[in-house]
Amino acid sequence: MLLVLALGVLSGCASPNLRGTGDLGVVVERATGSVQIVDTTHRTSLARVDGLGDLSHASISYSRDARYAYVFGRDGGLTRVDLLTQRIDRRIIQGGNSIGGAISADGRLVAVANYEPGGVKVFDAGTLALVADIPAVGSNGKRSKVVGLVDAPGQRFVFSLYDAGEIWVADMHDPSQPVLRKFTGIGKEPYDGMITSDGRHYAAGLFGEDGVALLDLWNLDAGVARVLVEFGRHGEKLPVYKMPHLEGWASTGSQIVLPAVGKHEVIIADQNSWKEVARIPVAGQVVFAVARPGGREVWLNFAFPNNDTVQVLDLPTRRIVQTLTPGKGVLHIEFSPRGEQVWLSLRDENRVEIYDPDSFARIGTLPVESPSGIFFTVRAHRTGL
Amino acid sequence: MRILTTAGMVIGMAFSSAFANSPPLDPQRQNELVRLVRQDCGSCHGMELRGGLGPALTPQTLRDKPASSLVSTILHGRPGTPMPPWKNFLSESEADWIVDNLQKGFPDAR
Repeated sequence: MLLVLALGVLSGCASPNLRGTGDLGVVVERATGSVQIVDTTHRTSLARVDGLGDLSHASISYSRDARYAYVFGRDGGLTRVDLLTQRIDRRIIQGGNSIGGAISADGRLVAVANYEPGGVKVFDAGTLALVADIPAVGSNGKRSKVVGLVDAPGQRFVFSLYDAGEIWVADMHDPSQPVLRKFTGIGKEPYDGMITSDGRHYAAGLFGEDGVALLDLWNLDAGVARVLVEFGRHGEKLPVYKMPHLEGWASTGSQIVLPAVGKHEVIIADQNSWKEVARIPVAGQVVFAVARPGGREVWLNFAFPNNDTVQVLDLPTRRIVQTLTPGKGVLHIEFSPRGEQVWLSLRDENRVEIYDPDSFARIGTLPVESPSGIFFTVRAHRTGL
Repeated sequence: MRILTTAGMVIGMAFSSAFANSPPLDPQRQNELVRLVRQDCGSCHGMELRGGLGPALTPQTLRDKPASSLVSTILHGRPGTPMPPWKNFLSESEADWIVDNLQKGFPDAR
């Protein structure tokens, strides 16, 4: 008893009350270099943490105990935020211009994808000490921006080289000696990548040509296949004012919902055959397609100038069942772990709105400065993040 | 390549002379443009304009580029790259104002 008390004092906890982190999350305040720690049970903000640098395209991974948020900033900052003490635990500047990261299946390694200098750096998740540096020099001999970094089963990281058009698989069993498997000529300008929820397929969306580059991680020897090539091959391409994000590709187990590039459509594909099943007209260029847990509905947001709109696609009927205009600058959509709430960040309104996804009623609102990504701790236990 | 550049400059110069006659932008519209550049252009070029998937738009990187070709890129996009045309949302004089300010050092949003 005394020992427990002493430990509590020593650890300097701000609050004497024990609590879990399963209902917590982090919302990025992109313009002010800060984040807010939020609570989905009480639908409140618990704290703001400042001093995280340029967060204009920030993303977050979680430690496997869901206590620490690793915040990847655009300025190359990698910051470990403690959700319980509500403070920065560690922070380094690891690169010049980074775009995102992932944590290994065993929770020991955090990898960061960098635009400048192009490559992947891997850090010890506890100390943030550099463990491995993987420069992304493509077969053309040039250094490439790295996009679409995910973790994959088998202690691997998978990522795409935007300029070189390649997919690399890094086996991290010996963290200081990554074993690389490189797939070249996978298509022009892979702009983002994602891994299916079963951890089997890595898919890179191509901007420079039609289709998706698909790698079966259960059978690397089969190489990269081009799928969904027909998608995009009709009519005129519309301008894309914001790149779609594929992390949010809604993979529901049997079907996958993809934003078309340069089309105001989503594509529903069969996740086994990777063939197009349907094509649904929507309100604009889709940025995120996010499946509600359970996979019945997919929520969509859109690029400028339609970024005041959110649509809900019902998968069984393949119909848009709701169109919401919650406010200007809808940047992100995140569901609570079991999907009874959905949180929307409204950049230009300086608030986060919380909706009931069944009734579409607004059930909460939080003041947040220029909010972008919303990341709940349920991500700690999902492959790919 | 050289011929194309020259042609671009000639067109650009024609634009520039048109801008000379445009009324100055009112402060409210200037604020909207600052926000548009930092937030929406920023999704590819970075909110600090130091680059991302798209190139950096800092005074250093833009110094050697003719303003006219930059204005043309904003209005018409760059085919073959992800840069889209903004002519449905920006007038020529607004694109000119954006280029002028990018080359000088872009104002902060707030």
